Amino acid sequence: MNSMQVVAVSSPAKAVNERQGITRWLISTNHKEIGTLYLIFSFTMFLVGGTMALCIRAELFQPGLQLLRPELFNQLTTMHGLVMVFAAVMPAFVGFANWQLPMMIGAPDMAFPRLNNFGFWLLPPAAILLIASFFAPGGATAAGWTLYAPLSVQMGPGMDMAIFAIHLLGISSIVGAINIAATILHLRAPGMTLMKMPMFVWTWLVTAFLLVAVMPVLAAAVTMLLTDRHFGTHFFNAAGGGDPVLFQHIFWFFGHPEVYILILPAFGIISEIIPTFSRKALFGYRSMVFATCAIGILAFLVWGHHMFTVGFGVGPELFFMYATMLVAVPTGVKLFNWIGTMWGGSLTFEAPMLFAVGFILVFLVGGITGVVLAVAAVDVQLQDTYYVVAHFHYTMVAGSLFSLFGATYYWLPKWTGHMYDEALARCHFWLSIVFFNMTFFVMFFLGLAGMPRRIPDYPLQFANFNMIASIGAAGFGFSQLLFLYVVLKCIRRGKLAKGRVWEGAVGLEWTLPSPAPKHSFATPPVIE
Amino acid sequence: MFGFGYLLPPLYSTVCQLTGFNRLQSADVVSTNTRANAKRTVLMQFDSNLRDGLPWKFRATQTTKEVHPGQLVSVSYDVSNDSDRAISGQAIPSYAPTGAAAYVRKLECFCFSIQTLAPREVRRMPVVFLIDTELPSDVRTVTLSYTFFEVPGRRG
Repeated sequence: MNSMQVVAVSSPAKAVNERQGITRWLISTNHKEIGTLYLIFSFTMFLVGGTMALCIRAELFQPGLQLLRPELFNQLTTMHGLVMVFAAVMPAFVGFANWQLPMMIGAPDMAFPRLNNFGFWLLPPAAILLIASFFAPGGATAAGWTLYAPLSVQMGPGMDMAIFAIHLLGISSIVGAINIAATILHLRAPGMTLMKMPMFVWTWLVTAFLLVAVMPVLAAAVTMLLTDRHFGTHFFNAAGGGDPVLFQHIFWFFGHPEVYILILPAFGIISEIIPTFSRKALFGYRSMVFATCAIGILAFLVWGHHMFTVGFGVGPELFFMYATMLVAVPTGVKLFNWIGTMWGGSLTFEAPMLFAVGFILVFLVGGITGVVLAVAAVDVQLQDTYYVVAHFHYTMVAGSLFSLFGATYYWLPKWTGHMYDEALARCHFWLSIVFFNMTFFVMFFLGLAGMPRRIPDYPLQFANFNMIASIGAAGFGFSQLLFLYVVLKCIRRGKLAKGRVWEGAVGLEWTLPSPAPKHSFATPPVIE
Repeated sequence: MFGFGYLLPPLYSTVCQLTGFNRLQSADVVSTNTRANAKRTVLMQFDSNLRDGLPWKFRATQTTKEVHPGQLVSVSYDVSNDSDRAISGQAIPSYAPTGAAAYVRKLECFCFSIQTLAPREVRRMPVVFLIDTELPSDVRTVTLSYTFFEVPGRRG
């Protein structure tokens, strides 16, 4: 991948490039523009979901019910989860896939550019439907983002709106995944074999398969909820011969691969950033590929660890416990390989590297607490407590979100042609990591002490840590406005960036000028 | 995969039938020639619940009974329909401790079928069972709890 052709960019029909204003964005089939749309959408929804979190933490700042009715509190916890998972993190990773995958494999665009546009434009109506459900009679669904029956069957019209929003979000993810898989499998430049692909491309390939496999199962689960609610079916109703636990099985068959969908692209991003700032090739590329595939396969075998307290017997409990602990092995391989990459490397700590190294430390905490929860006998105590809340926020916020921040700083100069403000970006990192830990580390202790999830009020012994968590949350939330400022400032102006923005950067995207031209690799480069 | 999602309910049903797991609504096959273990006593508790606002009364005729493992036991539950319309209900059993479910062998139970009660009907329903002698020795009390759910759409 050392010597390759950078071809002169030739623009197709002039009319396409001269689209202005709304039309340009409404009907764009350009992967860079669609990537931008995904990222703007996801950051907006991140702020929406974050505002909900701040409302939650404001209520939990002190014991007693000061600000919110309990029904509204439950709506907020539910919608915070749905928005963050489906409207913030997933679209953000798809946005990065759109921007980066064609450039990284030397392709002119995604395999299905019009499908790409369709996949994005499903999202704004879905988000509007989801947020508007707050204003339905009875409010938004308050059944938790996991939507367990029978509570979800009994919720008001807000639940139906959420179900339709989930259908739209699911279709978007599925067509996006199909596009991504087809692009990776068929549009790689000649000479780029699978085992020469960048890790971000590999992780997205596995993620795309996971998405196609499990999003339809979620669609089936929520459709079963819909018909149980309105059309006389009884999938989850014992009276008709159904079972509420069946919902949990179907949901978590989707739900567990879903969390790997949320983290595998993050792993890919870290595998791009760390070699660059270590000025050293990724340690153990082959084992990283195998570990990614192993995680993808094992993801389907562990869903029962979300259900350790339903009473399904010792045999299944043991199976799911062993399988879950097994997933920690390839994950550990990845962590060791990142450290192995840094070992003996020439390290500098620009903002992307800060986020990547920070990711390793905090994801380690998240991952290890996952192994703790995998022990069924321990999980019986910690199920539905704040220990679980802390665990998944460590993996999804300190994991997925930090990787997204790192990726933004890493690739923003390529996209905009300007360097971002390094000092402010580092400030954003330090504020984020300090306030993040302040918010969520204490939640481990709250969980161990027995504080349940999804409660608007709590006994007095939990007061101090809740106050600390709420202060941390406020700090973390407002620090993200700094990120917005840095990004906007970088788009408008900044020190001009070179093609190879980072000294240690290796990859096809760095052979393009910065900003990357609207159409790149119209003729594929030749890889050696 | 959407179809696979819809395949899961029958799939789980089949797996449960094949493995015998959670088989709540069919009679257990057991040799009634078992010798009762007179040296051991298990306290059986009988609980009753109603769901969906069923306008019924439902209670066990006796709430506790001392039994020997292996001994054939017959208890009954009284149920009455206090409304002016025929209502069908399905009783679903549940056991505490959950592990005891495997050792309570029911030969006859009103939970095996839907019970349709005419308006104002009163009924005494039997449960015939025995506790398997293999019940772990540390289990001293077993609670058998029934919940009646209304079966919709069956009027008379």
